[in-house]
Amino acid sequence: MAHRWTNTLTRADITPEPLWLNRRQLIAGALGTGAMVSIASLALAENIEPNTWEHITSYNNFYEFGTDKEDPAANAHLLNTSGWEIEVDGLVDAPGRYSVTSLLEGLSEEERIYRFRCVEAWSMVVPWNGVELKDILDKVGVQAGAKYVAFETANRPDEMPGLRYPVLDWPYREGLRLDEALHPLTLMATGIYGKPIPNQNGAPIRLVVPWKYGFKSIKSIVRITLTDQEPATSWNMANAREYGFYSNVNPTVSHPRWSQATERKIGGGLFNRRQPTLMFNGYEAEVADLYKGMDLTTYF
Amino acid sequence: MLIQLINTGLRKIPTWVLYLILLIPGLLAISAGLTDNLGPEPINELEEELGEFALKLLILGLAVSPLLHFTRINLVRLRRAIGVTAFAYVTAHFLVWFLLDLQGLNQIWIEIAKRPYVTIGFAGFVAMIPLAITSNDRSVQRLGRFWRILHRLTYLVAILAGLHFIMLSKGFDVEAMAHMVVILAFLSLRVSKWRRGLQSGLQGLREKLIG
Repeated sequence: MAHRWTNTLTRADITPEPLWLNRRQLIAGALGTGAMVSIASLALAENIEPNTWEHITSYNNFYEFGTDKEDPAANAHLLNTSGWEIEVDGLVDAPGRYSVTSLLEGLSEEERIYRFRCVEAWSMVVPWNGVELKDILDKVGVQAGAKYVAFETANRPDEMPGLRYPVLDWPYREGLRLDEALHPLTLMATGIYGKPIPNQNGAPIRLVVPWKYGFKSIKSIVRITLTDQEPATSWNMANAREYGFYSNVNPTVSHPRWSQATERKIGGGLFNRRQPTLMFNGYEAEVADLYKGMDLTTYF
Repeated sequence: MLIQLINTGLRKIPTWVLYLILLIPGLLAISAGLTDNLGPEPINELEEELGEFALKLLILGLAVSPLLHFTRINLVRLRRAIGVTAFAYVTAHFLVWFLLDLQGLNQIWIEIAKRPYVTIGFAGFVAMIPLAITSNDRSVQRLGRFWRILHRLTYLVAILAGLHFIMLSKGFDVEAMAHMVVILAFLSLRVSKWRRGLQSGLQGLREKLIG
């Protein structure tokens, strides 16, 4: 199982741990460690250098903990992820409440270095650890009639202070078409940089769909439902004109409030330049077939 | 007694000191940006901080009259500094958006025309220009009554700024809504005052006609 897809961003693109831990200091005193610097600068040239742990874990959209980018890092410690259970229901052979451990048992964990593109026109590169969603779905047994997968985030007002505000119709909901969910790129992530995923990034388990805008990659999942109907999704419910069900990264379909043609990769400082956004966030070769014959300006 | 003390204290503040105080948060934000201390996405952060501070100054400007009316605390002498620094913040906010955020990638006029929240924000900025230009003693004297009418634009500017904030937020943004509620509250105080003025004017006219 798994290993159906190989990273185009490879290990060599990863900043060696000592370097990302304290890059600035290292670069300042790096003349002795030329090898490390050359790897880093090579990756920089292609702009696929993974973002630092610090950036990945301090600049987050996770409205259950507040709407400012720094709110999740400040508040997510309130979330208790021990004994986490996921309700799997709908059109599956083995519905029930699964602990994360039992759901992942026997599945092979991989590292996936993915581009991550937020609908707000910023981006990162993140080295995730996780399993393919397909493996989880195979385990619970998808029934023949299922066409979609719906996901739900935890809804715990005592542990998630952002839930006090009606920013969205809680709980946060997302969904995929079944073929999207079964695609080898679609990951259920439990780690970043080989460490357990921090709460602000969606602990203990989250979805990662690298060719879609970030909000599709739902965090801290408590429910997975197989269904024959297109599920309601939070941002689409809030503003259907701006957020479609598909929400594939597409530089040619503009968000009404900002252009999607370019993006700014996090971490480039005050004079950071924008870079062109890639069709399907750079995964066109892998996923374009899923949308063959669909008008992507209608199904945005 | 306390109010008198406050007002005496306020009278002693030279206006240039107030200008300086009000500009400090912006200067700090810019220097934090230049020294890589504004977090992972400093362009947005700077844009937001300048914009939010501009909005807060606009609201403070609107608060001057009600504050005098309800508490007798007199900030009228300092109102110009508040307004002019608000304009400085809006200008800086605009420049960060245009030069650092947009980077000339799209033509600015397309952005302004195509995106309603930009259109509205830009309209607020433009509406502030005549206010900033006439924020001096000579203009007050030369324009006389018209100066007061012109500067009622402040209310329009505040509403546009509040709308701009609400529209650029994703989802239902409590903070943006709270700013708007305060702006509308000040406006409603003003409108009821204008109405009273109009009524007493009509009353006077009627008495004159009858009497």
